[in-house]
Amino acid sequence: MKKQQINIAVTGLNAVDSPGPGIAVIRGLKESKHFEARIIGLSYENLEPGIYMRDLVDKVYQIPYPSVGHETLLSRLEYIHRKEKIDVIIPNFDAELFSFIKLAPKLESMGIHSLLPTMEQFDARLKGKLNEYGDKHNILVPRSAVVFNIEELAQTLKTFDYPVMVKGKFYEAYKAFSYEQAQAYFHKISAKWGTPIVLQQFVQGQELNVTAIGDGKGKLIGAVPMRKTYITDTGKGWAGISLADESLVEMARHLVESTNWGGGLELELIKEDSTGDPYLIEINPRFPAWVYLAVGCGQNHPEALVRMAMGEKVDPFEDYDVGKMFIRYSYDMICDLKDFQQIAVTGEL
Amino acid sequence: MRLKKSIAISENGFVFNAARGDSFSTNPIGLFILEMIKAGKDTKVVQQEVTNKYAIDDSTAERDIHDFVKMLKQYDLLD
Amino acid sequence: MTKLRYERPVIKALNTGVTNKFGAQQGFIPHTHIDGVAVKDLIAEHGSPLFVISEKTLRDTYRKAKSAFSTRYPNVQFAWSYKTNYMNAVCNVFHQEGSWGEVVSRFEYEKALRNGVPGDKIIFNGPDKTTDDHRVAIANGSPIHIDHLDELYSLIELSDEMDKRPRVAIRINMDTGIQPMWDRFGFNYENGQAWDAINKIMHSKKLDLIGLHCHIGTYMLAAQAYGVAASKMADLALNIKKKFGHSIHYLDLGGGFASKNTLKGAYLSGSDVAPTFADYAEHISTALLNAGFEPDELPLLILETGRAMVDDAGYLLGSVLANKRLSDGRRATILDFGVNLMFTSFWYEHTISPAQECSQYAEDAVLYGPLCMNIDVIRENVKLPPLNKGDQVVVHRVGAYNMTQWMQFIALRPRIVMVDLDSKVHLVRDSEDLDYMMHLERVPEHLKSFEL
Repeated sequence: MKKQQINIAVTGLNAVDSPGPGIAVIRGLKESKHFEARIIGLSYENLEPGIYMRDLVDKVYQIPYPSVGHETLLSRLEYIHRKEKIDVIIPNFDAELFSFIKLAPKLESMGIHSLLPTMEQFDARLKGKLNEYGDKHNILVPRSAVVFNIEELAQTLKTFDYPVMVKGKFYEAYKAFSYEQAQAYFHKISAKWGTPIVLQQFVQGQELNVTAIGDGKGKLIGAVPMRKTYITDTGKGWAGISLADESLVEMARHLVESTNWGGGLELELIKEDSTGDPYLIEINPRFPAWVYLAVGCGQNHPEALVRMAMGEKVDPFEDYDVGKMFIRYSYDMICDLKDFQQIAVTGEL
Repeated sequence: MRLKKSIAISENGFVFNAARGDSFSTNPIGLFILEMIKAGKDTKVVQQEVTNKYAIDDSTAERDIHDFVKMLKQYDLLD
Repeated sequence: MTKLRYERPVIKALNTGVTNKFGAQQGFIPHTHIDGVAVKDLIAEHGSPLFVISEKTLRDTYRKAKSAFSTRYPNVQFAWSYKTNYMNAVCNVFHQEGSWGEVVSRFEYEKALRNGVPGDKIIFNGPDKTTDDHRVAIANGSPIHIDHLDELYSLIELSDEMDKRPRVAIRINMDTGIQPMWDRFGFNYENGQAWDAINKIMHSKKLDLIGLHCHIGTYMLAAQAYGVAASKMADLALNIKKKFGHSIHYLDLGGGFASKNTLKGAYLSGSDVAPTFADYAEHISTALLNAGFEPDELPLLILETGRAMVDDAGYLLGSVLANKRLSDGRRATILDFGVNLMFTSFWYEHTISPAQECSQYAEDAVLYGPLCMNIDVIRENVKLPPLNKGDQVVVHRVGAYNMTQWMQFIALRPRIVMVDLDSKVHLVRDSEDLDYMMHLERVPEHLKSFEL
């Protein structure tokens, strides 16, 4: 029997050295056993590599930056929907999630399905609120504080021990060993992502990650823990290995169950060297760029997300392969200027 | 005032400098002017053609074309 | 043959990291009319720049706010915050809709009285009240919101002197989980100052404590902070009932609701992040309804929201004076209004639309005002279609604070008009002229003449 075709719009086509998750998500979708995925890539910039990966991305449209406001985004999506009849949309950037969550009911009424955290869940995991979150859900988190300006930064830092992590609202984090460094990072991050800036006590230990997916009703559908085995000089994982660590899966289950989380999420944790306790550092409200490792371990999270968004009942994954590795590589595509010209001038390819 | 040989201009307003790999986009009137410059017309003629085709007074056209040409120079599109 | 519509030729570099606009389907929508009146007619008739107030938006916004609260809480009263916009026409629209007045100076107080607001419906707030101000407010039966202990003692003295019982509320500041905490106004909740002050009032027996007031901040994006404030206020009111058997008539939650303007430094657009009236109402009314008041003793909820009520209704129209290129190739457009008229451009990235048909080709630009001052920047970086000299623009959401904080500096202040519900245009404040400006000046005799 021929598989049903589903039109899926995906963002995050920036498969660059600090990649967006889009291409990994698309690979999972293309390998689905349940449906035939037709991918509509949504891009922000002309040189996002995914735009030019014609074997993975069937059609590309530029969309406006989230900072422009959701009305503009909506009218662009309406236009794309008229042409492509989108069935499911999967946003993959933290910074755009706010707009997509806000638009979700409207999109649903147009027939565009999604599976996203609610605004409340999204807000609660904001970096500045992690302490509250940890207290509420009984999870260890490093002490953190939110600052809006340099005066507050100076005041607040007096209560921290160095090193301190200085983090942006959406992206970027730096380890500061002195007030001067922290101040420099404050300026650097706030210029790009605005305020507030989050300060977090640095925890010495091993970094671990979990990619997971919840059904929005309190059930964990899948979770795969991973340790980065190679980290680039910019701090990005370039290789990693799936782990057998039930406590990490349990933490994901606990979070998904206690919050009714809907959609993909990534937990960033540090297992403190001295005590072995796992500290939750961050919750990313979307799939990570390495989500294809989960697919490789037998849990196709992107596929599960699309099926749930389409209203199908999906049984939780029972198992995953331990000891599977991902190793990232870079690859030079040869592209024609014609394609660049078309996306740059018309916003479609 | 001459457009560099390496410049390719597309109908949809895409401008490509093959010698440097730079690309640009321009609006329809910018395209109209670029094509005239490419054809070797001097500023006076360009201005004349612009005011013939578009509803605009001479002094505004002159000022804007002057500004446009300055941008072309800044982008290294002129010889 | 008719000639084509002209637009300036532009060329911009594409490439790495540059946001490009995405095709021609989505572009700049010119804002040619305000409530059915053409921008170009408004400027032709009243000059440029020009403030325009939409009566329809004022009333619609008020009704939206009113219904958000009154569908959730039985007993709601709005008080118009004069400082946000004290054009009489604006105030009277709100008074017609049922708002009381909320003032923070004698000047505003007199303005409200002259507009016809009854004294007992003018809330007198703020730290700036002289003994004489107090006398007048007591005589008129206006609710006086006490800011500090000196004011409290002064009112007790006056009640003896005038043999009247001043109607008072006290202003409370508190930790609602948001920063910065406004603790310069009123009495602190957490350290017990507020409870002390309440005890002083109750024991004095000279003052009629009718309300509690707080105002937790400005441009508050966190609606839940109001829930925290409301429950702390309710807690105080219930303790007063328990200890003194005295029912507090109203809880005034102040203002500070965000408008849909985008703050500088914010990544997301203000229209996305600003909570709605319903969001604020939900948190406040849930907190009050669950606080433990007897159903027939639920206090009146007073709201003094200014910014969120009036920002959308105000527009500033202006014209392009000139264009130039900066050294980095960016376009600089000089407009005929600057920070003198748009004080809020210091903290907002105001939305600015062309007022006539425009190109879909946007260009990075800096928008400058006309003042001969480096600080006179309206937008540091904005994508706009190329504008020609003489083109007109519409600045959105300038209804709050600009018409009260504008500066008469270098240039005279322009007209303000209001477009009514039938699209009729009314002059509500004339432009200043030299006579008006010189009216208050006196030149000493020996300086009256000179020879050059």
